[in-house]
This record gives sequence, structure tokens and C-alpha cells, in this order.
Amino acid sequence: MKILVMCGNGLGSSFMMELNVKKVLKKLGVTAEVDHTDLSSAKTVQADIYVGAKDLMANFKKDNIKRIELENIMDLNEIERQLVAYL
Amino acid sequence: MTFLNVIMKDILGTPAILIGLFAFIGLVAQKKESSEVISGTLKTIMGFVVLGAGAGVIVGSLGIFGQMFDHAFGIKGIIPNNESVVALAQKTLGKETALIMVLGMVFNILIAKFTKFKYIFLTGHHTLFMACLISAILSVSGISGVGLVVGGGVLLGTLMVLSPAMLQKYTKEITGTDDLALGHFGSVGYFVSANIGKMFGNKAHSTESINVPKNLSFLRDTSVSISLTMSILFFIVSIFAGKEFVETTVSGGSNFIVFSFLKAIEFAAGVYIVLAGVRMLIAEIVPAFQGIAEKVVPNAKPALDCPSVFPFAPNATIIGFLCSFAAGLISLFLLPLFHLSVIVPGLIPHFFCGATAGVYGNITGGKRGAILGSFVHGMLISFLPALVLPLLEKLGFEGTTFGDADFATVGLLLGNAGKQNSTLIYVVIAILLSIPFILTMIKRDVKKVEAE
Repeated sequence: MKILVMCGNGLGSSFMMELNVKKVLKKLGVTAEVDHTDLSSAKTVQADIYVGAKDLMANFKKDNIKRIELENIMDLNEIERQLVAYL
Repeated sequence: MTFLNVIMKDILGTPAILIGLFAFIGLVAQKKESSEVISGTLKTIMGFVVLGAGAGVIVGSLGIFGQMFDHAFGIKGIIPNNESVVALAQKTLGKETALIMVLGMVFNILIAKFTKFKYIFLTGHHTLFMACLISAILSVSGISGVGLVVGGGVLLGTLMVLSPAMLQKYTKEITGTDDLALGHFGSVGYFVSANIGKMFGNKAHSTESINVPKNLSFLRDTSVSISLTMSILFFIVSIFAGKEFVETTVSGGSNFIVFSFLKAIEFAAGVYIVLAGVRMLIAEIVPAFQGIAEKVVPNAKPALDCPSVFPFAPNATIIGFLCSFAAGLISLFLLPLFHLSVIVPGLIPHFFCGATAGVYGNITGGKRGAILGSFVHGMLISFLPALVLPLLEKLGFEGTTFGDADFATVGLLLGNAGKQNSTLIYVVIAILLSIPFILTMIKRDVKKVEAE
């Protein structure tokens, strides 16, 4: 399974979210490949689940994908809640 | 002797290999599998090489822009873009930047360990940018060798703690928790914005109670917003420079509008390449840093990149961007009156930092706080870079400069100290370093008195 996290620059906040997603995966005992990138590049990357801030994901138009849109990008519980629904 | 020479000059003296070595050590220390160690180390080295490749593309476009701007207005036009400066600086200061960056992280952990300031600065690209600025300013002031690396490392580590610390009072109010901090070197601007909000605003009238159109959020896509602004800027400049001038001396005959458009996209492509390089460069170093920090400083507070606060006040981010950008446009016309270089307002610093300034202005002063705070922030990130520019010009980063507030503030402080005398720089660094220690001791005394 591949999870792709995105933000505007693909440098700071997506990276932090990636580290948080990895923490949640570890807690759940699930192995997955997690990566982060910027919004433009994300459209060209194939992944099973796409993760990003809710306001940013409004600009991520891709059909038939699993998306995790976060209200609070620093909230581990929110990541876990939405991630579990897809597992 | 030759062997030693290879180690000192070719291995430790090549920034790409040096930074790869740090990634390697970090990966081994985390007991990663050998496959991960190999791929992580190679990717880090490649990130550095990609960074340099992007610099070449940016320089090509910036040179053309400068030539046309000069001809059109008879003054220098500067585009503030952190990625460009850092990429350019790697040619001359790569080794110093890499060493200062890693030493800065070490000192960040040490300061967090021994003072009450438990912040761990996790925004890796800003650590890299600040390391670059520090190495530039110190070397211009005539400091080199061990003094440059150790002095620079201490300073960077101190800033990585002070920057989140001075905002924490407000960050706590924004996020509703004291466990997280903001780690972004625009903090002087946000601090000013929050204080202006406190003075002139009323926090009861929050920006979040009004209706703001959300359709500007597509600008958060860096590639889109850089292409868009650079195209507009290139069009304006090439029209003022004149069709004839552009087509005879710059474009080699191709149509001036088409040429300008392509050069604008070229700039955006250069930034895109540099961003990809920076992403690869920090991808292994930041988790290693975080892992070590969590072990050494048990109750560490991670300091995170600025979009972390955006979801707490989305309206304030839009208002903040617009007001900061408006201030940038006004400054464009004010700067020549003060005989300063013209800082062309860049969408990226105004979008990310302006938005953050809006959030901090809103938390202390509501609507009025967000508007006034981010407007003043916009003036700051126009005037401060213009003031710091003459100090950096010796290094030949002409045409571009750092965009965010802290880079220029630190540059001004140290650069002016260094102009007097290079020992004064060490004094400034020592004073800054003592701040977290002194404040920790004062707090301890207060607690003791309270306990008695």
C-alpha cells in the first residue's frame, strides 16, 4: 500500500504529516510506503490513499481515489480515525 | 598525506558528500535496515546535486529579468526567493552551510535539554536556509574556518529555540495546546503582527465570523503561483523595456511576449527543481534529528512549519495574504524614495508568511488585527530584505535575496555588527545564546520564591 501526503510546497507540513501518518501506522501495526510531495507533483503520483489539509485538498482534483482530508493537520487522532476507515 | 588530503578536501570538502555522510550516520544510529541506509544516503547526496542543477536554471531566468528591469526603470529589481539564494550560495558556501546546519541541530537539542525552552525546530528547509544566510553573513564579515562553523552552529541552534519561543504565547492560543510550536523563520514578522493586533484590534471580532471567498487557495500550489506572478512581472517589465530592446539585445529575435512568458516559466521550473532537491536533502536528516531529539529531550515540543496554523483561521490566511501583498506593492514604489533596491513582491513569501501573520494578528486583534498586522508584515518583508541586500552583495547573489522576515533581521543584526568588527559578531551570538539560559534561571528563582 502506498500513502501520499501533500502540501503546497511539498517541504514542511506534508513532511510533518508523513511522520505522523507513519506513527499512526506503527501504532496500528500496518506496513505501508509513505511519501510526501507538492500539490502539482501529487497529481502524477500513483498512490492508494492521498492525504492533505482540507482546504488544500479542495484543489486536488483526481477521480476515484481514496482521500484523507484533515481539518487539523497536526492531530494524530484525526489521521487515525480517517485512516482506519480505509484499512 | 594524499589519503588525508582526500578525506579533508574531497570528502569533507564536498558539501554533497558531507551531507550524505550525516544522513548515513543518522540512518545507522536509528538502526535502519541496510537497504534503507543505502537508498537514504544516496538520495540525500542526489538532493544536493539536484539543488545545484536548479540554481543554473534560475540564474538564466534571473539574469534576463535583471537586464530588462535595469533597462526599463534604471534601477535594480530584486526578486526575493529563498530557494534561489540557497541554490546560488551552494557553489561558494556549500560546505560551511552543511556543517552549520548539522551543528545547529546539535545545539538546538542541547539548549532544549538544559533550559526550559523545549523546542525542537523541525522545519528542515528553513534550518538549511538560515544556515546558508549565517555562513554568508559571517564570511562577508571576515570570519572563516572553525570560527565560522562553530559560531554559526551556536547561532543557528539558538535561533531554532528563540524563534518558536517568542511566538509560543500566541501559538498556544491559536492551537489550543502547549504541546506544539511554530518553527518558521518568519517569526519576527508574526510577532510584530500579533503585537499590532493587540494594540489596535479587538479579538472579539474574529476574521472567522465573516465570509471570505475561498477560491484564492489555489495559489498555495507553489508551481502555479510562481509561474503566475513571474509571468505577470516579466510581461510588465518587458513592456516597459520595449519590444525593440528585448528583441534585439535579449531574446535573439523571438517575440518579446512569448520570450518573457517562457523565461517566467523557466524561473518557476528552476524553483521546482530546487524544491525537489531540498525535499530529498532533508528527507533523511529531519527524522534522524527528531528521533535523537525525542530521546535526549523527553518533553520536547516540536516546532512545525507555518501552514500548521492555517486550518485554525482559514479566513485570516486569505486576509493576511492580500494585506501583506498590498503592502508589498506599495513598498515597491516607496523603496526607491529611500534609495534602496526595489524588492519585487513575491507571491510565495507574501502567501505563506502573510497568511501566518494574518493568523497571529487575528488571535490578538480579530479582523482589524489581521489586516493591520499582515499589512505591516508586508512592509517588513519588503524593507528588511532591501536593507540587508548591500551586506550580501559582495557574495554575488545579485538579483535575488531571502524573502522571510527572520533571515533579513538576523542578516542586518550580524552584518552591521560585523562591519564594525568581527569580534562584535561573537558578542552578539553569545548574548543571544545566553537568553534561554538566563530566562530559565529567572523562572527557577520565581518558582523557588513561590514555593517558599
